[in-house]
Amino acid sequence: MLESIEVTKKFVGKTAVDSATFTLEPGHIYALLGPNGSGKTTWMKMVTGLIKPTSGYIMYDSKPIGIQSRKEIAYMATEPYFYDWMTIKDVGKYYEDFFEDFSLSRFNELISRMELSEKLKTKNLSSGMSAKLKVAVTMARNAKIYLLDEPLNGIDLIARDDVMKTMLESASPENILVISSHLVEELESVVDRAIFIKDSHFAGLFDLEELRQSEGMSIADKYREIFGHGGQINA
Amino acid sequence: MQYDSKAPIYLQVVNAIKADIVNGTLKCGDKLPSGRDLAMQYTINPNTSARVYQELEAQGACFTKRGMGTYVTEDTEMIKKFKEEMAEEALSVFLRSMKELGITTDESIEMVRSHPKI
Repeated sequence: MLESIEVTKKFVGKTAVDSATFTLEPGHIYALLGPNGSGKTTWMKMVTGLIKPTSGYIMYDSKPIGIQSRKEIAYMATEPYFYDWMTIKDVGKYYEDFFEDFSLSRFNELISRMELSEKLKTKNLSSGMSAKLKVAVTMARNAKIYLLDEPLNGIDLIARDDVMKTMLESASPENILVISSHLVEELESVVDRAIFIKDSHFAGLFDLEELRQSEGMSIADKYREIFGHGGQINA
Repeated sequence: MQYDSKAPIYLQVVNAIKADIVNGTLKCGDKLPSGRDLAMQYTINPNTSARVYQELEAQGACFTKRGMGTYVTEDTEMIKKFKEEMAEEALSVFLRSMKELGITTDESIEMVRSHPKI
């Protein structure tokens, strides 16, 4: 279980995350939704342990996030983070050195299915190829929590299908997947729960099938209700 | 598969699989994919695919052999019943749409008979 308890992050002149309290359970794929600048990336970076909350706690299985939990959390940042000189093969080796839970055979399986040649240099990759590589290298870890920041950004339909399949393959009853996106519709069938972040505040957590069954609402409808003009926070 | 995102996805997949059983794409006693493979095949959440099998089993469309997997029902009467139910549903949707256009049932029947595709 991953618990975000009253988590707040203040930067100079701006509160990026404001007292966010919610709980994520294993066995689910979560969409983390909100417009750009709402605090999604900041929250993910705090869970990963890259930045510290100004106040509040993040607990994984009742223990605070720290060095130990970093081994169990796989984070994929939005911005590209490979060195230009690296080939795809180098990226695999780099991850293998860094993470105990990284599987090189799984990585090779994923890149060959995504039709990425291991000889390619990262600086020559198209945005779609680069996005697929980032997902492949992250999902080749055997982590307890996967945090993917905008994995569907700037990629074509076919690449998107590859990315979705890889995410579904890695989902298990023991792990938690969190996918942030502003492409709400793309995630409708893949995620089963959605967390909304509005203006740095937690603005609701919904079970998608429940929403469809009891209210006849899609996740996109809920998004419009919360973020559309005149939308109120029901926190 | 394209989903209607306002309706439960598990029911849409249940209906797609039942249609495959009714039209013979899936045969009596055929083994169905594992929950994980079904999730991949239909690009759905693994919890949704678990629910698909629960629902198919509850309706009698498939059964589970312990430790072996899920199989299409061998009850041909049941499949016949599904066919009738699904045909009935398709027909009532059709008649309802025609009615909305102000076309009577008799007129609809005549239009179906004289349709070039028939």
